[in-house]
Amino acid sequence: MTPLSAVAGGKVLTVEGLSPDGSHPVQKAWQDGDVPQCGYCQPGQIMSAVALLARDPHPTDQQIDTALNGNLCRCGTYARIREAIHRAAGQQMPALRD
Amino acid sequence: MKLDRRSFLQLTALAGGGLSLSLYDRALPRALAQRPPALSPRAFIRLQPDGTVIIMAKNPELGQGIRTMLPMLIAEELDVDWSQVRVEQALLDEAAYGPQFAGGSMGTPINWDPLRRVGAAGRQLMIAAAARRWNVPEGECSTASGRVTHASSGRSLSYGELAQEAASLPLPDPATVPLKKPSEYRIIGKPIPGVENAAIVTGKPIFGIDFKLPGMLYAAYQKCPVFAGKVKNANVDHIAKMPGVRHAFIVDGTVKPVPVLESDPGLEPGIAVVADTWWHAHSARKALQVEWDNNAGSAAATAQSSDDFARKASSLFEQPPAHTIHSYGDIDAALHSASKTVEAVYAYPFLAHAPLEPQNTTASFDKGKLEIWTTSQTPGSGRSYVARELGISPNDITVHLVRAGGGFGRRLMNDYMLEAAWISREMKAPVQLIWSREDDFSHDAFRPAGWHGLKAGIDAQGRVVAWRQHLVTFGDGARTAPSAGIGGDQYPSGRVPNYFVGHTAMPLWLRTGAMRAPGDNAIAFVIQSFLDEIAAAAGRDPLDLQLELLDATPVPDPSSHGRPSGFNAERLAGVLRQVAEESGWRTRKRSAGTGMGIAAHSCHLGYSAQVAEVTVDSANRVRVNQVWVVSDVGRQIINPSGARAQAEGSILEGIGHTALEVTLAGGRVEQSNFPRYPLPRMRQTPQMHISWRITDNSPSGLGEPLLPPVIPAICNAVFAATGKRIHTLPLARSGFTLA
Repeated sequence: MTPLSAVAGGKVLTVEGLSPDGSHPVQKAWQDGDVPQCGYCQPGQIMSAVALLARDPHPTDQQIDTALNGNLCRCGTYARIREAIHRAAGQQMPALRD
Repeated sequence: MKLDRRSFLQLTALAGGGLSLSLYDRALPRALAQRPPALSPRAFIRLQPDGTVIIMAKNPELGQGIRTMLPMLIAEELDVDWSQVRVEQALLDEAAYGPQFAGGSMGTPINWDPLRRVGAAGRQLMIAAAARRWNVPEGECSTASGRVTHASSGRSLSYGELAQEAASLPLPDPATVPLKKPSEYRIIGKPIPGVENAAIVTGKPIFGIDFKLPGMLYAAYQKCPVFAGKVKNANVDHIAKMPGVRHAFIVDGTVKPVPVLESDPGLEPGIAVVADTWWHAHSARKALQVEWDNNAGSAAATAQSSDDFARKASSLFEQPPAHTIHSYGDIDAALHSASKTVEAVYAYPFLAHAPLEPQNTTASFDKGKLEIWTTSQTPGSGRSYVARELGISPNDITVHLVRAGGGFGRRLMNDYMLEAAWISREMKAPVQLIWSREDDFSHDAFRPAGWHGLKAGIDAQGRVVAWRQHLVTFGDGARTAPSAGIGGDQYPSGRVPNYFVGHTAMPLWLRTGAMRAPGDNAIAFVIQSFLDEIAAAAGRDPLDLQLELLDATPVPDPSSHGRPSGFNAERLAGVLRQVAEESGWRTRKRSAGTGMGIAAHSCHLGYSAQVAEVTVDSANRVRVNQVWVVSDVGRQIINPSGARAQAEGSILEGIGHTALEVTLAGGRVEQSNFPRYPLPRMRQTPQMHISWRITDNSPSGLGEPLLPPVIPAICNAVFAATGKRIHTLPLARSGFTLA
């Protein structure tokens, strides 16, 4: 976990910065897989997934579990999150905006 | 209001509207067995000139998918394409929309019939308008994709083009409008993604906590760590001078000393800190120095601890139950003459709901009128509660339903709504109250802990001939705390020849309340584990033992006066047989350290049977590998994607129940955040095999009935793997942990 104080003065990318219309491959995979239940944790899950895919375009289940271990979902959408990450894996990711 | 599953039914009656529960096989209060309300399509459907069809979503959305599912019912019978539909959230207006609450898995049974009729009545209006325009008989007109067509003349008009004429036509009788045959469905039965998915994945401000009004202030409300403790002294004058702070003040509260606390027993005392931003309110609140009178609510409050409750429960088992709930046959004689008896005590802890979005509400009190934006699951009861506590008329309160980041029963309570309204009235300004995570953990209405002493008798053939159950719970005499009781009709009542269930209640000064499958989420663990334990003692397969009970002729029970309990043993046996088949229960190889457990339960009109496969390592760490779930909620799965999501969520939540606990010490809740309340993580997600048993019954809800069997299926699998029985939850109190 990263405390907010550790990024003071730095750039922080949030889910709003991926694409305004949900067209980023990870956002699309989330919609195609009907991932959200309540949806409250999903921006955090999506950003962890984007960071993981930037490091490793084809992660295994175990790598996904490790990378997203810090993101709690109370509703239990974990299986769909994994599937969505596999669906987005290997796709061309757009350059992230400033 | 006490909100167990029975109260939900009463609640729906109070909420007005009535519903057609004659469609359902449970015995339900007479008040509900009336004709469906004449809901008007004009309240639910708005046609736009561009062909867009706006459909109002009536119920609170907390992740259960109701904002998608209920409009599907209307759209199907209105005969429009789902791509034409835009869903909007309705205000609280139960006269127009019927009951508007999220609880008891009642969204489907209450709305399945009336909302399809709303859509069908809307379609009928479109046909009537077109037939008048063309001067042709209505019977010659047909509909598809939001258009009326007169085939023989080749004419066709969109609903949007007919909207104005339809507005002046008399409404058709919703009770007699024709409904589609299931074979004609084009929306119902199709996996439809959540209507707010796009907003969620782009971070749109759609949750209660995101809501903003011009000039809105932010409030934090510091309460005593011990329930209903009062402020003796606090440095509110200093706090009021801190940066950004508008006001800091002490609230006396309205909680009364009572023997049994309701889930919403009145305004809790505390200190309100109101500031320009949430950060200012939060920072100032952290500087509070408070001397509390911890025992102001109850003199016994700080003497309470979980350890002490457990000790008291053990000693209470030495006496017979103080209150008999239900009894038939001759239990003592049957236990005496049984070839073998099995005896055990099962125990489970308090649990917190822990939705990820902390409690919040925005309230704007202006000239005696109140406007509220809330994530409540029971906005109607919330409005009555706020009106009563503030001494204003419910007619002067407007309530907006805002999407909630999870509910699980927590938002059936309306404490945060009352606090926000109270503080807004004091400030004469719009105020958003936001609880901290710590507030949420320490001031929940908890799933009550419980202890069950059980004794069963088995005959020479290994059949269960006697069942005695003594629940030690919280309450006062015959009255139990919210969600802390057990019904006398709880299976295996009526299926064994001699039966007794009673309870003894201990006093408790802590709020308890309904949590997803209230009562059932604890009782299924106890009953389904004990049946497994009896089967093991009798040297029988637990599936065979359970099917024998369910297939047996029900025991005539003179005290039931011939009323059907509504429990359909054939449906429970049906899902058990199917899950045994699908999981390979009788044939699957179990490797060393691996075991399979089976369990089934019926509640909230649904039936579910499950098999869990676990591996237990040498350090007693339990890994849930696979779960098979077969459920019967009637003849139609309305939204297969949403339905499956409820099953997946139930499995994860059930895994959580095996690992979590809330404990009390000195009257305080010891867990304040997730590090001590470790929700399941992604790596703990098992393989999930989810399927449905389709039966010719009216569709019922899925929020709750799939959760209870998960817990005993896992515990029975641990027994199969290790020979050690889980008598006490969480697993850590029985010598195991979740891997």
